[in-house]
Amino acid sequence: MPELALPPTVTRALRLSLRNIDGLTTALLLPVMMMLMFVYLFGGAITGALAHGTTYVDYVLPGVLLVCVGFGAGTTAVTVAHDLAGGIIDRFRSMDVRGEALVGGHVLASVLRNLISAGIVVGVGVAIGFRSPTGPGRWLAALGILALFVLALSWLAAAIGIVTRSPEAAQGITFLISFLPYPSSAFVPIHTMPSWLQGAARAQPVTAVTDAIRALLDGGPVGASGWHAVAWSLGIIAGSVALAGVLYRRRAR
Amino acid sequence: MTIQLAIAADALAKSYGSTRVLAGIDLAVDPGSVFALLGPNGAGKTTTVRILATLTEPDSGRARVAGHDVVAERHQVRRRISLTGQYAALDELQTGAENLTMMGRLRGLHSRTARLRAAELLTRFDLREAGGRRVATYSGGMRRRLDLAASLVADPEVIFLDEPTSGLDPRSRRALWDVVAGLKAAGVTVFLTTQYLDEADHLADRIAVLNNGRIVAEGSADELKRRLGSNRLELQFDDPAGYDAVTAALGARALAIDRASLCAGVATDGSAAEIRALLDELDPDGTRIARFELHGASLEDVFMSLTSEREITHA
Repeated sequence: MPELALPPTVTRALRLSLRNIDGLTTALLLPVMMMLMFVYLFGGAITGALAHGTTYVDYVLPGVLLVCVGFGAGTTAVTVAHDLAGGIIDRFRSMDVRGEALVGGHVLASVLRNLISAGIVVGVGVAIGFRSPTGPGRWLAALGILALFVLALSWLAAAIGIVTRSPEAAQGITFLISFLPYPSSAFVPIHTMPSWLQGAARAQPVTAVTDAIRALLDGGPVGASGWHAVAWSLGIIAGSVALAGVLYRRRAR
Repeated sequence: MTIQLAIAADALAKSYGSTRVLAGIDLAVDPGSVFALLGPNGAGKTTTVRILATLTEPDSGRARVAGHDVVAERHQVRRRISLTGQYAALDELQTGAENLTMMGRLRGLHSRTARLRAAELLTRFDLREAGGRRVATYSGGMRRRLDLAASLVADPEVIFLDEPTSGLDPRSRRALWDVVAGLKAAGVTVFLTTQYLDEADHLADRIAVLNNGRIVAEGSADELKRRLGSNRLELQFDDPAGYDAVTAALGARALAIDRASLCAGVATDGSAAEIRALLDELDPDGTRIARFELHGASLEDVFMSLTSEREITHA
């Protein structure tokens, strides 16, 4: 029987992902809970601040997508740190397994896991009333922007895992980063925030990505947010890959 | 033409910060032999293994393993060695068979070949039943066997085993010794570290005693025993005053001293002349030593005397 010949580090990362109960719970249950929580608990209060005729479920879905993939990528930092803290890194290095292959396997597994989470967010969203008037072209563009951002977050998480080398510290740092979606346009319109916060909220990557996905899905003008989202993602990927490469070589001594 | 050494190290030195871990060590290991690096905790054993297995670069000195330089040609070295460290390098969430298959694939085997090899190793290491279970459910001895199996997926020329039996029960330890013997029979060079003298005595063709980052003795177990006297003269005292006077006179020569049982030992070649001279030197009036016995020296005597000398000069 012919089989799919994935690189062994990818097979390993996918298998570990599937068997990591904490990570799997985050990937599968968090999307459902976040979607329900925002729409039913906060939705009533926030709808008033939205443009006339917009429902909160339509508004918040891109935000929930981002917060879920953020948490999901956090798991990757812990996994990478765990690899570097344990004895297995010595065996891999003595076997001449390249760092890129090892970390790349985790990043790829992270992207797949988080796209599944994203699928669940959309599924729950549609079930509770999310509607998108746009066509498949814009959906694909939204998926592309999300996938690129997920790749960026996964590389960032891998770099954090390499920097900290301790699963606990990695968890701590990713926990802080997972608050990034709150001061952004993910859950509430930025104009409702205190004026001193608005500038920072507008300038940060989560806002660019949220705005781009939101516009692509609700049919509005995408404007500059699309390019901003892509530029942010590419920038984070470049920085994280460079950092991961340098630190991996130094840390794995 | 000389046979190429499996491991050749020349003046390896390594410090971490101001702590000198290796103070310049030389090693020569013949291909197909078992070499034991014996030493107490903190002697520098693991650092030596890490340098030879290309994981750590030495500050100075050079080493060649399987014919290649461990720094400049580390990739060639890595293709010819395997390392089993002190802590099991396995994925808890994968089964034994999955771990071995992964290692085989990482070594470049095709999936089918890797699976066959995994099954073969599981059988050889008495893990066939457990092969389908996750490693998280394994006992310490099973993990160690799987860890060793993992290092054999690609037929390495040189195998490094860093304290392979620490923390194992006697039965698992015996089983591991059998594996090492089997590797040697198959022509593989084995470089192992241990703090157990009986292990080095039992397994190794040659032993180097490492203490405070220096090799303080090297040779076969028999040579080492002979170097410090092939025999041990055990002295028994009736009163603590005699014991104290004689152990003070022996100083660093004293072996296996035990004040509670008023017993002390000293190395000797076992000849009547030397024993007579020793007794005269230590007990000129013939009042202190009550009885004596002559024993064949154990490697432990050698080890204790070599490592305690260093401690005394460092104190």
